[in-house]
Amino acid sequence: MDTVAAVTTSQSVATAAMQNDELLKQSTWQGVSVMETQWRVERLLSRYAACIDDDALEQWPAFFASDACRYEIITRENVERGMPLALMFCTSQGMLFDRIVSLREANIYPQRWYRHVISNVLIQSVDEDSLTVQSSYVVFQTRRNGQTDIFSAGKYLDRIVMRDGELKFAEKRVIADTHRVDTLLVAPI
Amino acid sequence: MNAPMTSFNKPWITSPDGFRVPYEVFTDQSYYDQEQEKIFRGEAWSFVGLEAELPNKGDFKATAIGDTPVIVTRDQEGRIHVFKNRCMHRGAFLVRESRGNAKSFDCVYHQWSFDLTGALRGVPMRRGVRGEGGMPAAFDMANFHLDELRVANLNGVIFATFSETVEPIEDYLGEEIVATVKRIFNRPIRILGDQRQYVHGNWKLYAENTRDPYHGSLLHLFHNTFGLYRATQTGFSHMDASKRHSLLKVRAAAAPTSEAEDKEVYKDVRSYNTEFRLQDPSILAGRQEFDDGSTLIINAIFPNLLLQQIANTLAVRQSVTYAPDAFEIVWTLFGYEDDDEEMQLIRMKQSNLIGPAGLISMEDGEAVEIVHEAVVRDGKKTSVLAMGGGYAESSEHMITEAPIIGFWQNYARYLGLTSDAAK
Repeated sequence: MDTVAAVTTSQSVATAAMQNDELLKQSTWQGVSVMETQWRVERLLSRYAACIDDDALEQWPAFFASDACRYEIITRENVERGMPLALMFCTSQGMLFDRIVSLREANIYPQRWYRHVISNVLIQSVDEDSLTVQSSYVVFQTRRNGQTDIFSAGKYLDRIVMRDGELKFAEKRVIADTHRVDTLLVAPI
Repeated sequence: MNAPMTSFNKPWITSPDGFRVPYEVFTDQSYYDQEQEKIFRGEAWSFVGLEAELPNKGDFKATAIGDTPVIVTRDQEGRIHVFKNRCMHRGAFLVRESRGNAKSFDCVYHQWSFDLTGALRGVPMRRGVRGEGGMPAAFDMANFHLDELRVANLNGVIFATFSETVEPIEDYLGEEIVATVKRIFNRPIRILGDQRQYVHGNWKLYAENTRDPYHGSLLHLFHNTFGLYRATQTGFSHMDASKRHSLLKVRAAAAPTSEAEDKEVYKDVRSYNTEFRLQDPSILAGRQEFDDGSTLIINAIFPNLLLQQIANTLAVRQSVTYAPDAFEIVWTLFGYEDDDEEMQLIRMKQSNLIGPAGLISMEDGEAVEIVHEAVVRDGKKTSVLAMGGGYAESSEHMITEAPIIGFWQNYARYLGLTSDAAK
């Protein structure tokens, strides 16, 4: 199976996207056409956003592979400086559950609503076991007084795997252009 | 902007039931303007960065002292300088990036060029063009050196001051705070990155928060919720002799206190629940790094720095002010250059505990905002600081608000407020 060259920086992504789209030379992934794979990936992302925006956070860890997963929210500022510090850094599904229990039971914060808009879903590379997918996100936040602001904008860099016929995140890196957090960051992005 | 401080006889009083601070100090523009001149641009050393942020000659970062923009840089001889980030010609920003490396600072407006020591080296068309224009004969580039601040470097922690008269940094901090800084910065550090937190409230509410051992186990319920907190750990709340700075420290208890004792202490607290357990307790796994067994150090350094060790998370938090109702906390987390891979992972996992998304610290931003919003029209009303006795004395426990009173007494002194509290 052909492997599309893995690209990580936004600049090289732009080049890859505009020049040769190697993915189009490939017909299937895990027995599914690349067109259907694109549709499945977009559906995964839409369901992920709905889970958070509808405050069904107890379901959120199930979007990740239970055997091995990684989730982080890191600022573009730190990524571009080559620094590892994230805002959230989870290396197991258990840590994802602990985040949710903590925000439900322990943490003190004002009630706010999130609204995700996810777009530009681009399968960057394909190998036998996983897809590398980049997409853009914007999260609007509505405060308790009814005012809505953009809370965070950035991109997702995801490694997606198939588990029991369902797509799961083996790795989800939220790279936030918005490197200044407005007061506090409670729910995942 | 600068409202005249006509009647600065404010209700700062030590009453029998505690020390009282009028809420207008958080919301009034005149206080904010006075703070900029008398504290941030006055007789104080402000934190501006870590030497490890500027490893190479020519490295610079842009930051601010209060709301005055400054540049921190390392010159070709390796010396650290701090300048106002303002061209001597017409006032434009010299540096428009937050970080970088430069051979000189060149203003983009008219390309006046300053070297890394702050000296003006180039003025385009200074002698005119084809005999026309040019600067007057009296113009002397030596008179246009960048506004430079005094700099102090304590084990790689860089402070700067606008004052010519403030005491040396060691005297300013006092022996115990200097020892704390030296203990944490005992060998080369490795910076892990920054986190930035914009808070819609007054910066002094955070200065209070970081000098307040009383709130720790009451606002931050992560440990209680997961059955981890030990209220009865031993700790202390110290101040330096001037009482500007504070040092809150917790040591792991020699013998763990019982769940029964914790339950007794927390019987009035809204959440004491031991039914939850962490699914992945590796977030709390760590190593004892310091000989004295300290598990928590919260060292507030007047006016704009907090140095912390919480378990294996090491960080500086710098407050940058924008307005009476807005400031930013810049968190810089670090480890040591000689950290092995496992130690790096420990620090990364524990970083989940702190910062604007921190499981045990996210509430502080909220605490600032709920006060700020609530007091906005009650400037003449006062808070009460009474826990621990209502006076600014160091104590060998943490059930106190004394370090906050120390902060306010100094604040009143710096601003020249008429106050019996400042006596």
